[in-house]
Amino acid sequence: MGRAHAQAEHGAVDVIRGVVRFVDERSGTAPFLKKALRYVFPDNWSFLLGEVALYSFVILVGTGIYLTLFFEPSTASTYYTGTYAPLHGHEMSVAYRSAVDLSFKVRAGLLMRQTHHWAADVFIAAIVLHMLRIFFTGAFRKPRDLTYYIGVTMLLLALLEGYLGYSLVDDLLSGMGLAIGYSVAMSIPFFGANLAALIWGGPFPGKPEFWSRMFVAHVFLLPVLIGTLLALHLFLVAARHHTQFRESRRTTEKTVVGIPAFPGYAPRSLALFCSVAAVLFLLGGLVQINPIWLWGPYHISQGTNGAQPDWYLGWLIGALRLVPNFDVTIGNYTLIPNPFWGGALFPLIVFAILYLTPSLERRFTGEYGFHHLLDRPRDAAWRTALGAALFAWVFVIFLAGASDRVFVSFGVSYQAQIWVYRVLVFALPVAALVVTRRWCLALQESDRIHRRRELAEAEARGELPQAE
Amino acid sequence: MSGDREEGAQLNALKRWAIAAGVLLLGRKRRRPLVAEPERLVEAGQPDPRAEWLVLALLLGAACAAAGFIAVYSFNHLEHQTQYLGLALGLAFALLGAALGVIGKRLVDDEEHEEEYPLPRHPEAEEEIAQLVQESGDRFTRKRLLLAGGGTAVGALGAALVVPALSLGPFLDTDPFYETPWRRGRRLVDEAGKPFLLDEIETETFYTAYADRASKEELGSPLVVVRFEPSQLHLPSQRRDWAPGGVVAYSKICTHAGCAVALYRKPTFPPVEPGPALVCPCHYSTFDPTRGGNVIFGPAGRPLPQLPLYVDPSGALRARGNFSGPVGPSWWGVRMRKPSTGPST
Amino acid sequence: MKKALATVAVALALPGAAGAQPGGGASVEQGKELYAEHCLSCHGPNGSGVTSTSHPTGALGLHGLGPPLKGVGAQAADFYLTTGYMPLQDPYDQPRHTQSPFNKQEIAALVAYVSSLGKGPPIPKPEPKRSEISRGLQLFTDHCAGCHQVVAEGGYVPNAVAPPLHQATAVQIAEAVRVGPYLMPKFSEGQISDDELNAIVAYVEWAKHPDDRGGWNLGRIGPVPEGLVTWLMAAVVLIGVCLAIGRRAHN
Repeated sequence: MGRAHAQAEHGAVDVIRGVVRFVDERSGTAPFLKKALRYVFPDNWSFLLGEVALYSFVILVGTGIYLTLFFEPSTASTYYTGTYAPLHGHEMSVAYRSAVDLSFKVRAGLLMRQTHHWAADVFIAAIVLHMLRIFFTGAFRKPRDLTYYIGVTMLLLALLEGYLGYSLVDDLLSGMGLAIGYSVAMSIPFFGANLAALIWGGPFPGKPEFWSRMFVAHVFLLPVLIGTLLALHLFLVAARHHTQFRESRRTTEKTVVGIPAFPGYAPRSLALFCSVAAVLFLLGGLVQINPIWLWGPYHISQGTNGAQPDWYLGWLIGALRLVPNFDVTIGNYTLIPNPFWGGALFPLIVFAILYLTPSLERRFTGEYGFHHLLDRPRDAAWRTALGAALFAWVFVIFLAGASDRVFVSFGVSYQAQIWVYRVLVFALPVAALVVTRRWCLALQESDRIHRRRELAEAEARGELPQAE
Repeated sequence: MSGDREEGAQLNALKRWAIAAGVLLLGRKRRRPLVAEPERLVEAGQPDPRAEWLVLALLLGAACAAAGFIAVYSFNHLEHQTQYLGLALGLAFALLGAALGVIGKRLVDDEEHEEEYPLPRHPEAEEEIAQLVQESGDRFTRKRLLLAGGGTAVGALGAALVVPALSLGPFLDTDPFYETPWRRGRRLVDEAGKPFLLDEIETETFYTAYADRASKEELGSPLVVVRFEPSQLHLPSQRRDWAPGGVVAYSKICTHAGCAVALYRKPTFPPVEPGPALVCPCHYSTFDPTRGGNVIFGPAGRPLPQLPLYVDPSGALRARGNFSGPVGPSWWGVRMRKPSTGPST
Repeated sequence: MKKALATVAVALALPGAAGAQPGGGASVEQGKELYAEHCLSCHGPNGSGVTSTSHPTGALGLHGLGPPLKGVGAQAADFYLTTGYMPLQDPYDQPRHTQSPFNKQEIAALVAYVSSLGKGPPIPKPEPKRSEISRGLQLFTDHCAGCHQVVAEGGYVPNAVAPPLHQATAVQIAEAVRVGPYLMPKFSEGQISDDELNAIVAYVEWAKHPDDRGGWNLGRIGPVPEGLVTWLMAAVVLIGVCLAIGRRAHN
């Protein structure tokens, strides 16, 4: 039995040998593969957030391809004759009808649609968490600033991709959201209308070709762009190796300590992929998301109360609601229409700050060299405080976007909320800055006290500290 | 002579094949050379049979769940089918993931290793590349001029390649933004195409109207129509005759961000309730229909465009002309011109 | 004798003339008493209404403000009373769905009394048909969704709440459409025919238990709760998985 076992094992190893030899003879990559398999992963849970985003993207592409096989991106008018009674006889676009059919007629269609939508929400949430980790530990510093720029760009593209995705369905909620996107484009000074006319093929709702443009952008152009940037991003991460926390004497700016990719990390990464897939498919089957059949098709003369964008655009609806009612005009020239401030300038400022972070950090710390070791957030008090301030700013505006539902559910006056938020928009970031900085400094002090106590105790026990 | 050499060569080849076959058949049972075991790359560890059984159980569980998915899928129609499908597939992935997790934590080596960070840079290579480029340009005497020429050529070609994008839409022509289907004499009709008669319009409610014989999906077409006692109206002086019988009509498209102004607020008891208003559900821009649609709350920067009305001899409501201003969200030229009637008429 | 007969005839005819609920004279009397106790201070004697200019505060026991009730009929009275909108503590508050302090019999009495104040519309008798929900959705989206949200989950109108309609009975829905309570528009038969009203009622009834084939419905108000699930459920679970994977088995 043992001999057969050993022989079977030998057989298995021979197969592996055969495969490796096949690959090496045809590509010459065995040394590279060996190096890749022993690539060292520093071990920290927060380093896995990027992978969560990556695996969500894989699920997005998989379920997305499936949906593309059924969805009809056409604005041609049709009348519903399917099984869902409330829409019977309603006039709608072919696009909307194909989405309803996906939800009602295609077996497993609703599972795929909902999983796809949940994956988009989780994808962007994971990117945000990952980006917060990168920011607050200083991982964006040289030599990883290029990796960081690519990452921020992917976030931007992901926001656009998600918006286009749920707008393709042409339901009442997303149609209202498209009109708002159009208005933000129009609000760009000087050439906003020209830009909107170009994209939509004329004034809203635009030409039928606009739907083809959204479709090809969503199913091809943006995924390819994101995929390419992702490949570049991962390559750069691997080429420069991962950052690490200063955990032991072995982790230095010269040496990275961690678990090799194979066999240590591979099963864990695969387990993470399976977990992401599990969460997404469980949500996709068990928790309803975007029940488009309830909303009905979009018509420009219709609206519903409580229309909101997906969570990752909530910061924009909050901004649009908070800005007081003025168009900036000079004579007859409407220089800055109202939606520009909340819909265009606000995200522009946020992303500009994100893009400028590495160079601003260099400027203000005077550190132009390489950094492989991460900071604990408390050890970089200014950076952490400024990051907290930016986050607080965006978050309070994000909260403002849901104030109508807060009024309906809890009775807090909408007008009062708007005024409170208008004050918080300025006050909260400042408060966050001050409080966070103080807190970091306090934590640093407590760390120092802790270390001194440890040293004193070691001395008292007769254990002299090791020479460095 | 060449024929002989060929024959000789063929015999040689045949011999070589035979020897090879022999080696292949006989060499199969060749034993591995007795040398010392090579140095281990992966740390040796203790086996963990319990973990293996756990992994097996999880893998079997995953297989069952996946089979369950296939089984549920095979039904033509099942109540809550989506839920069962999601549960099955999610569970399959979860169990597989758990199995992999157990393998990762209990069955494979996860000792820490050290590795040097790669060199921060490669100065010699960098220098060589720079030198390569520089030396390659040795034969050029007018480098700057040629670079300028190259830049011009590439720039122009790039511009040429981008220019067809202008076919996407009327880029320079912003006239369509001022166009609505309304002109003097155009009737107001409802969703079904039936004209609105003045006597049918009641107070304390609102109506959605469209331009007769024009697309309902054009931004300039939909109207919201409300009626007041003429004494309640305080329209600007030049609009005194825009409201026959107290009936006023406004564009239904919000001037803030283009949503339909689908809310109408009507006070049952004015002493304690806010006044009548048209409200947009997107950002709650609120417009006063008694005062020409001006903004009383919310972020809209422009009042709601009003359509002048009159009553024709049959009692039907018709437009007296075009709106008081362009419809929809603002842009650069929104205050520069009055709206015009579109070509769809 | 003739005079007595005539009196009786008149007494019987009076409620009939109001065109309202069967109730008879006794109900109207009871209604009047209840009215005097709970409604008079805002709605005035005989439902004449109280505006700040019609009477100084406190005079004739009038402390509040309220619209006149002459001619509103059983329809409005029944609506406001069965929903508990009335009585209202503060005339400046929005009337909300509450537990009515009156029982059915008292409500009937008050309705009878209010109907007797002037000729007004009777309590409607909607006949919603399941086959009409498609038409109902169309009409509801056109006339109602802007305030009440397309699946009747309620919404915000500046300064007020357009309530969710899950607690509304078919009669109350029909009444509300015709009455236009508080800030709601008033849709008469000319605008929404009885037939169309039946369709709307059918849709609203259906919307109390709509098609939730996607799973747990999260309130059917769109992406806000979806975002909460993303962060408070999915993100939490996945961070937990990262924590489980990231730590080493033997430290």
